[in-house]
Amino acid sequence: LQQMAKSSAPHKPKNSAINASRLMKYSRARIFQRKAAYKVKKVKTPAKKSAEKAAAAAAFVVKKIGGDKNGGERKVYKKTPKSLPTQVASRKVQLRPKKTFKKHVRRIRSNLAPGAVLILLAGRHKGKRVVLLKQLESGLLLVTGPRKLNGCPLRRVSQRYVIGTKTRIDISKVALPERLNDAYFRRQRSAKKSAASAGGSADIFAKSDAAYAVSAERREDQAAVDKALMGAIKASGDGPMLRSYLRSLFSIKSGQRPHAMVF
Amino acid sequence: MGKLDKFVEVGRVAFIANGKDSGKVCAIAEIIDQNRVLIDGPCSGVRRQVCDMKRLHLTRFCIDLPHSARTAVVRRKWTAAKLDEKWKETSWAKKLESRRLRTNMSDFDRFKLARAKQ
Repeated sequence: LQQMAKSSAPHKPKNSAINASRLMKYSRARIFQRKAAYKVKKVKTPAKKSAEKAAAAAAFVVKKIGGDKNGGERKVYKKTPKSLPTQVASRKVQLRPKKTFKKHVRRIRSNLAPGAVLILLAGRHKGKRVVLLKQLESGLLLVTGPRKLNGCPLRRVSQRYVIGTKTRIDISKVALPERLNDAYFRRQRSAKKSAASAGGSADIFAKSDAAYAVSAERREDQAAVDKALMGAIKASGDGPMLRSYLRSLFSIKSGQRPHAMVF
Repeated sequence: MGKLDKFVEVGRVAFIANGKDSGKVCAIAEIIDQNRVLIDGPCSGVRRQVCDMKRLHLTRFCIDLPHSARTAVVRRKWTAAKLDEKWKETSWAKKLESRRLRTNMSDFDRFKLARAKQ
């Protein structure tokens, strides 16, 4: 086997799949014959050290005890389990194991592309028309007002609370800072409170002093992205109209039927 | 009750109000009976077919067609009469077009319209 591993010839598989399916041309028995696997000597794995094995198999353990007149040693017998299974527990085969949240497939609606103007339907910025920058790894959308136009900052937003309009801005020239990801936008829990909860004995009625303050890097990123985005808006056909459009708020007027409207 | 000047006759140009070809104009190629006619609209994408009079709204246009004229003849007469342009110029067609534009307005278009109206 070791010789085979060292040979420089490329590996040519003797078996192949039929018609791009999972079925193989040769069955397990046939391939055993074709490979002449009966000739291959099985390499015996070295046995466990006999002492360890013996100790594992022994019904008791010899332990040293104190006291002159106690004999110095005791055989401590292993306790038998309270109940022994009558059948071998079959391992449940996970054909489709549970996927963790990280591995979930992130989908995006087909009409939501970077540069699309979205109407926010919920949250403190509801009714505002904002520009979609990209979809983050968690699946949330990264949007910005731009803040200059409607006060909406660089923010994460769920697809579900958004109407995607047909209006598009060409943001291919807008370079987004690398650090804009889910961790960047994650809500910060005040350190004091978390320490208190860990300690247990701290004053739980103590009000946390720090109000939310915008960090310097947030200001920096907002300014950079907005500057590029305003440039892109200006460059697009309908610059002045687009600007006033993004400043305005969306509302349903009397007689309008959202299900019949084209956005 | 308006003027009784639009007759169901061979060559009458009709507007299809509902069904698969709704919104298109066609010519009446043959009259089958009291309620049904054979229509054909090769220049407007309407296949030669039987149509119920209830689905048709008659226009004021009429082309000179022999009865049971085949599609090629209808096409020839239609283009000779320049019906596509004549139809587009009617206020009927214009209203349909403006209605179509209105329903297809995007949110930005609606905003621009509201601004223009101010």
